[in-house]
Amino acid sequence: MHQTFNAAIELNLLHANQEGADHNREHFDRWGITCLNLMSSPGAGKTVLLEQTLAALKDKFEMAVIEGDMTTELDADRLRKYDVPVIPINTGRSCHLDSKMVAGGIHTLEHQYNPTDFDLVLVENVGNLVCPAEFEVGEHAKVALLSVTEGEDKPLKYPVMFQEADCLLITKTDLAPYLDIDLERLTANVRQMNKDVTIIHVSAKTGAGLSQWFDWVGDRLKQNQASLARQI
Amino acid sequence: MHETDMTKALILTVKDWYYSQPEQPKIEKIHLIVGEFTCVEPVSLQFAFEVQTRNTFLAGVELIIRDIPLIAFCHSCQQEYQPEIGLQYSCPDCKSPMEDIRSGRELKIDRIEYSAVANSVVP
Repeated sequence: MHQTFNAAIELNLLHANQEGADHNREHFDRWGITCLNLMSSPGAGKTVLLEQTLAALKDKFEMAVIEGDMTTELDADRLRKYDVPVIPINTGRSCHLDSKMVAGGIHTLEHQYNPTDFDLVLVENVGNLVCPAEFEVGEHAKVALLSVTEGEDKPLKYPVMFQEADCLLITKTDLAPYLDIDLERLTANVRQMNKDVTIIHVSAKTGAGLSQWFDWVGDRLKQNQASLARQI
Repeated sequence: MHETDMTKALILTVKDWYYSQPEQPKIEKIHLIVGEFTCVEPVSLQFAFEVQTRNTFLAGVELIIRDIPLIAFCHSCQQEYQPEIGLQYSCPDCKSPMEDIRSGRELKIDRIEYSAVANSVVP
């Protein structure tokens, strides 16, 4: 007689990644570091935003970049001009960063630098609106970028990314007058699934909106340091 | 293709279970639960599973994926509704943003169906 049995497993498929992400965050917390995970499709402007952020905030905060979206050393060279540690991660042909890859970056930070010196670690994820949304890397907040050239329908099509974001930067707004994009509709589309997200319109070209973004980063850092201080 | 990574995680979990058994059973089916509001495509998962289990202890094992619809709860209307993915996420009645997701984010291994090793059952 053929008898079958069932074994209940009830384990999340992302369990291992989640454990790794929690572990990474414990490291950041111990060192007093706030970690932001920057995600967008390719070409939305993550690297230029990082350049502007490093230039504007490097005298205010001690920063490091964990660079995942890098096909060549060109991106890293662009960022190293700002005298900030840039830790490249070899993502291979991966479509997203996972907590294990970022753990490798944290290891470098720990062994080549003095991690307690840092306030802020910016992780540049692989350019992709789908996969990075599912893989937490140990960040304290998720930052999504969407350029005006991508269209107002993207939040509806890639909802998980926009639902998870704590801050959304609408980039390349200097181009908006030349496009048919409806920015109000774009905001409404995002609000359908994320009523609390901070939405900031920026142009790295003209500098418009960047000070708002820098303020957001500063506030997030303060908020995180306050909550860490409460835990101690 | 993050389904490849997820399949790796799936295989590792099943492997742990398999070797923790006093006698290695014959695994027949693996039941997964995949919510609609995840970035996982069941077809890709099936394909990755088939490729990655070739010539392993899981070769030929059937992967059964149960889709779970996206269900949200509107606090203003005090009722559940089913958002239309790609089109409309806010409450169809009062237009409140989707806030409370009741189902659709699942991504888990539900259970393993197995039979005792053929040799030990049949005399």
